[in-house]
Amino acid sequence: MAPTWPAQIYELLKGFDVRQVAYVPDAGHAELIRLCQSDTTMQTVSLTTEEEGVAMLCGAWLGGHHGVLLMQSSGVGNCINMLTLNAECRIPLLMLVTMRGDFGEGNPQQMPMGRGAQAAMEAVGVVVLRADRAEDVAESVRAAARMAFLSQRAVALLIGQRVIGAKAMTQEPGHD
Amino acid sequence: MTEPQGLDRRAALARLLRERGDAALVTGLGSPTYDAFAAGDTDHNFYLWGGMGGAAMLGLGLALAQPQRRVVVWTGDGEMLMGLGALATIAVARPANLAIVVVDNEHYGETGMQPAHTGQGVDLAGIAAAAGFGDVSLVRTTDALEALAQRLFRPADGPLFACVKVSTGPVPKAVPSLDGPYLRTRFRLAMMGAAAFR
Repeated sequence: MAPTWPAQIYELLKGFDVRQVAYVPDAGHAELIRLCQSDTTMQTVSLTTEEEGVAMLCGAWLGGHHGVLLMQSSGVGNCINMLTLNAECRIPLLMLVTMRGDFGEGNPQQMPMGRGAQAAMEAVGVVVLRADRAEDVAESVRAAARMAFLSQRAVALLIGQRVIGAKAMTQEPGHD
Repeated sequence: MTEPQGLDRRAALARLLRERGDAALVTGLGSPTYDAFAAGDTDHNFYLWGGMGGAAMLGLGLALAQPQRRVVVWTGDGEMLMGLGALATIAVARPANLAIVVVDNEHYGETGMQPAHTGQGVDLAGIAAAAGFGDVSLVRTTDALEALAQRLFRPADGPLFACVKVSTGPVPKAVPSLDGPYLRTRFRLAMMGAAAFR
């Protein structure tokens, strides 16, 4: 069986010597979080809000560690001011963002931040890439990690809801 | 001796750093950054000029990356209040080499001296203790400051939190470089040596 896209991301993170994994619990990243937690070379840190991870990974890089921030697009807005550290000090950051408010979203309150996530990040200097098919995720993570760690920029990869699958809403047709 | 108006912030930090050795210092934006520059500029200082609320978490990432090195965060009460969740995250992560020291003048000194929550009953040391920090102190006297200085660079089994009550008395401006790429490269070289460029 071919590896799943979360398993591919995990292998790529290993290849880029990622040692700190900051995350806000997220169903889309659940398998990747589990893989990282079981790896003794990776320190996983559960955050109370996404901006903590931006600051934490600035410190990680200043101390010589590569890191990754795993989050959902609803957390993008929480990060905006903290991302100015990366822009002004040119500190690398790799963010893997699973999308809401995207392909087939059924929760109206997920729509505004999901629709605005890319523009909001670009407004503070983050380089934004997208992957909308499972077979594109690994190459996109590789590209994002290279741009983050080699070109030393804040880079976000948005993983489309088409890859993850839209969350089922109970009141929709075909659901009990 | 208890200082009725609070300790002198510059003297307090200078005392705390006297035996710092190769410890790293991260400062929150505004007056804490000026305090550190006034105490003596070194490539082991990383001064924040923005990212309000992030100083403690920046310290966590640094402490995890540099486990053999003591990491001290010196930040204001307003900055700490903006990122209270960090106290929960750091208490759970339990880095033994991280110390968070809040310099608490109970005001927002950079923006017009508006009163802060810390002067109206909010107890940052109590919040840190409730989050799970094992070594917590509220410093109001020179004796308590001396006791904190004795523990600050000593090996520990978990993170340290201290809240140092200081006066709002005016202090001369002491402004380090504002150049972000310079500050980060200088600091990273101090942490990593030539490996910073690999």
